[in-house]
Amino acid sequence: MIVRIFTETQYRLDESHHARLDELDDLVVAAVKADDEDAFHASFEELLDYVRTQGEPLGDDELEASDFILPPPDLSFAEAGEEFTGEGLIPDPPAAA
Amino acid sequence: MAGQSGRFTTVIKAKISRMLDKAEDPGETLDYGYQKQLESLQGVKKGIADVVTAKKRLQMQAGKIEQSVVKLDTQARQAMGVGNEELARMALERKNVAQTELQSLDQQVAELESQQQKLIDSEQKLRTKIEAFRTKKEVIKAQYSAAEAQVRISEAATGVGEQMADVGMAMQRAVDKTEDMKARADAVSELEAAGTFDDLTQIGGGGQDDIDRQLHQLSSGSMVDEEMAKMRAELGQGSPAAPAPAELSSGDEAAGTAKPEEGKA
Repeated sequence: MIVRIFTETQYRLDESHHARLDELDDLVVAAVKADDEDAFHASFEELLDYVRTQGEPLGDDELEASDFILPPPDLSFAEAGEEFTGEGLIPDPPAAA
Repeated sequence: MAGQSGRFTTVIKAKISRMLDKAEDPGETLDYGYQKQLESLQGVKKGIADVVTAKKRLQMQAGKIEQSVVKLDTQARQAMGVGNEELARMALERKNVAQTELQSLDQQVAELESQQQKLIDSEQKLRTKIEAFRTKKEVIKAQYSAAEAQVRISEAATGVGEQMADVGMAMQRAVDKTEDMKARADAVSELEAAGTFDDLTQIGGGGQDDIDRQLHQLSSGSMVDEEMAKMRAELGQGSPAAPAPAELSSGDEAAGTAKPEEGKA
């Protein structure tokens, strides 16, 4: 599978990493939901590091669509909150998200 | 990702596909890509120029504030030397504010530099991907039926589309940071204009004004007390009621030279 870290690059990861990525992603979601900024930074950094260390960077001339796209590494806590509420990005957010 | 996660992915993909939806024909996507690339290139150039201007301005300000720090420190020592504690305290309070400002400026300049580098990298990748797309498109057209080619070219176009979105994101972040920086530069200019970092002798000694009252609130009293205690010690004066500077370290270059409380003995 292909994972892009926005403003960084794309990485190719073996499918076997899927479950762990999923766990790490859930931790980020949970931290944002819990309004825990420290936990957000720690878990987000861990997720990014996992992709960077387990993945192989794609060549610049490879034209692959990403299976997953992660936000830029310098994403702030406030921005993470906005991404989740989808304000301005998702026109009609699902009720009771 | 499976389950409830991958929400960032969903959001960002929606953004990208909306952009790609504008062009139903992959050939059009390519044209759109070129057009976008040209726009991006112009934008990137302007963006970088803005970043450099903002950075230079901040660095100049940082230089001025650095000089103020040295000057205010000297003045505090002189004032202390002649027993004018009030003036010394005022100088130290201003020095405190200036140092805090300086740290913040340095940090923002560093952040800006990293944004700038990301912007350049991302733009370079887009350029490479567009070239790769152009080549691949011809190969696909030669190898597959029209319908199959359409699908495969669309897939490749998504790869380009993502990179376009990436450049867009890098741009936006660089612009935002530059705006922050401009606001910060303006704020520092206002402090300067208000005389906050001025030479104390230029504003007539111990004249208490609005600035001084604000500075009293802004600067940490305990840090100033601590520095004053150090200066007293250096000057061999007694230390009447100064708190012991046990835990906080001020990072002041003079700190190491004095033997605290020497004059007490």
